[in-house]
Amino acid sequence: MSASTTEAVAQHALRHHFATMEQQRESTTLGMWIFLVTEIMFFGGLFTAYLVYRTAYPDVWEYCSRHHMEFKLGTLNTVILLCSSLTVALSVHAIQMGQKKLTAILLFVTVLMGLGFLGIKSIEYHNHYVEGSVPGPWWHMEIERPDGTHYPAPHQYQLFFYLYFVMTGLHALHVTIGVVALAIIALWSWQGKYTREYHNPVHITGLYWHFVDLVWIFLFPLLYLIAGK
Amino acid sequence: MASMDLPIERENYLNANYGIKSWLLTTDHKRIAILYLISITAMFFIGGFFATMIRLELLTPAGDMMTSDTYNKMFSMHGIVMVFFFLIPSIPATLGNFLIPMMIGAKDLAFPRINLLSWYIYIVSAGMMVYVILNGGVDTGWTFYTPFSTMYSNSNVMLAGIAIFINGFSSILTGLNFIVTLHRMRAPGMTWSRLPLFCWSHYATSVIQVLGTPVIAITLALVAIERVWHIGIFDPKVGGDPVLFQHMFWFYSHPAVYIMILPSMAVMSEVITCFSRKRIFGYNFVALASIAIAVLGFLVWAHHMFVAGISAYAAVVFSLLSYFVAVPSAIKVFNWSATMYKGNISLQTPMLYAFGFIGLFTMGGMTGLFLACLGIDPHVTDTYFVVAHFHFIMVGGAVMAYLAGIHFWWPKMTGRMYPEPWGKLAAGLVFAGFNLTFLPQFVLGYVGMPRRYHAYAPEFQVLNVLSSAGASILAVGYLLPLVYLLWSLRYGPVAGDNPWAAQGLEWKTTSPPPTFNFDETPVVTWEAYEYENMPKEVPVVS
Repeated sequence: MSASTTEAVAQHALRHHFATMEQQRESTTLGMWIFLVTEIMFFGGLFTAYLVYRTAYPDVWEYCSRHHMEFKLGTLNTVILLCSSLTVALSVHAIQMGQKKLTAILLFVTVLMGLGFLGIKSIEYHNHYVEGSVPGPWWHMEIERPDGTHYPAPHQYQLFFYLYFVMTGLHALHVTIGVVALAIIALWSWQGKYTREYHNPVHITGLYWHFVDLVWIFLFPLLYLIAGK
Repeated sequence: MASMDLPIERENYLNANYGIKSWLLTTDHKRIAILYLISITAMFFIGGFFATMIRLELLTPAGDMMTSDTYNKMFSMHGIVMVFFFLIPSIPATLGNFLIPMMIGAKDLAFPRINLLSWYIYIVSAGMMVYVILNGGVDTGWTFYTPFSTMYSNSNVMLAGIAIFINGFSSILTGLNFIVTLHRMRAPGMTWSRLPLFCWSHYATSVIQVLGTPVIAITLALVAIERVWHIGIFDPKVGGDPVLFQHMFWFYSHPAVYIMILPSMAVMSEVITCFSRKRIFGYNFVALASIAIAVLGFLVWAHHMFVAGISAYAAVVFSLLSYFVAVPSAIKVFNWSATMYKGNISLQTPMLYAFGFIGLFTMGGMTGLFLACLGIDPHVTDTYFVVAHFHFIMVGGAVMAYLAGIHFWWPKMTGRMYPEPWGKLAAGLVFAGFNLTFLPQFVLGYVGMPRRYHAYAPEFQVLNVLSSAGASILAVGYLLPLVYLLWSLRYGPVAGDNPWAAQGLEWKTTSPPPTFNFDETPVVTWEAYEYENMPKEVPVVS
């Protein structure tokens, strides 16, 4: 592509109220960072609640984490999300090099991994439903005594699972939004909408995906690893 | 000059194109500001209707006009509508939206389409709130305290909560837009130290909106989930703690008070300098006081909970921090007073409102210190003393400043002047009516009348009648501007580009401004508020 054509593409992507492409790029990037700050505060309310009740009922938290969280599936999901962050980072690098098809492929792989994460998460949710550890009307969790008999779990056990479902559910919602956004960006990237000069949507969607990944990095140890496996 | 028609129809943001679609699909920050102005005015009068019902019921000691359940709904919906749908968007979404790009020499906010989206989000949430009102209302108070809101209330708690949840995103997007705009869109030469204080205050407001609003959103979402699932983290039956709700609620809702008052302070700095013909006293202190308020405002929330069973140690810490937050506010009041000292003061309508603001805000702030004091607070908690205190801040402060700003920038927004004598009359009525309404409530609270009751002991009647009488004067004071401002759209004298001979980039473009604000991007070579080089008097336009 000749220099004048790429310039024309860049001019087309520049919105009327910005003076330069650089100003536009810096503005949208800053906008995404501030949005991520609001997301941190959004999850922050839940992390606060988690902290309060974990301090109030440490035994309950340990028991639920040890006996009801599927450590292997959680670890697998962590690996998947970490790898998906890598592919997103590589896709941002690829578009900076002007490799449109490679960018699209990397983003598409990220989408697949996001879907894989959601699939494994829904298997876990289903298992919780079967064992009766979904709070509310579906709750029928039982605790085993040393002699092998069972008794209904006290109400505090619902708090752990309530927070588990709200926190991972909200996170899964963010993953879903991210998957949709990445799929659209992947498609547009395949169609050649982004160039070496104009690729900010790839960059800021990538930022969002890293955030989604980062939330999970906190959720995983807080929910799965308390009992020190 | 003073003819009834604009001399030559210049291209401006109002006549650039016509038709309902050109408004509903606009991305022009000025048109979005007008859309917000219309919508929040509608919500203001809905909230005002509930206030009228409250004051009518309280004319007599007996609960004779409505049942206690209906009364609960009246004050709840008054609070919810006024706080979330009028006060929080009021100055930022209208004046801030209209003025910030012009004040910094930009063509628009950084994200014009997100700006329009924020208005649509506001409209969806306001529509839901109106539906809640028509569907029987909500009776939890604007504070949604659990476990009443989660377990016992039979009213539309969930819909109201979702409406506020959605409304929060409108607030967040406005704040996000302002922060990015102020960082990245300033014209050449418009450094941070040359920025009008209006922008500094809005920057601080935006920081609170961005950091605080997500917390109330997740809190109300948890309340909604708790109502559906009948189990949740605020539910004592499963080991949850209702006080945690209060912590999370006030973590947003105390800073939210500063979302209401910081933009008012923004207006004050512009109006007082213009009508005193002087540079602001202590620019850096006023600017940084805004930031200090935003930071300290996040550290004082539990002073709403001194009687809720928090530890004595926590109460002492929060009491002390609440005293600290008064310092930057006091700095601002002192600096405005010092700006006026030996200034060439003229008493047009915006300045009258500004005087009202300084007096009433100071009283509201000082009584806030009473409430921050651990010795006095238990005595007056949940009495009319608290009601009077926060109305001095929110109505005496925020609404006064809002009206000051609307009058001050009306010629810029519409190209026409409002009728000055009517403006002065309304400002006088608002001030008199306000004081007659809320001064008696300080006394009522101090002698022990609790808030949120529809019936009261007979010895409180005289003061309550005074309060209701004041409220009717206040209502006239609020209806007058609605009438004469609409009248001035057609019949007001043509204002000219800078009717107040004011400093600030927004006055250097035409009135009403063209769609992209300036014909060419201005280059700023002067400091803010250089009134030394301006006329010594505010010109009189008639």
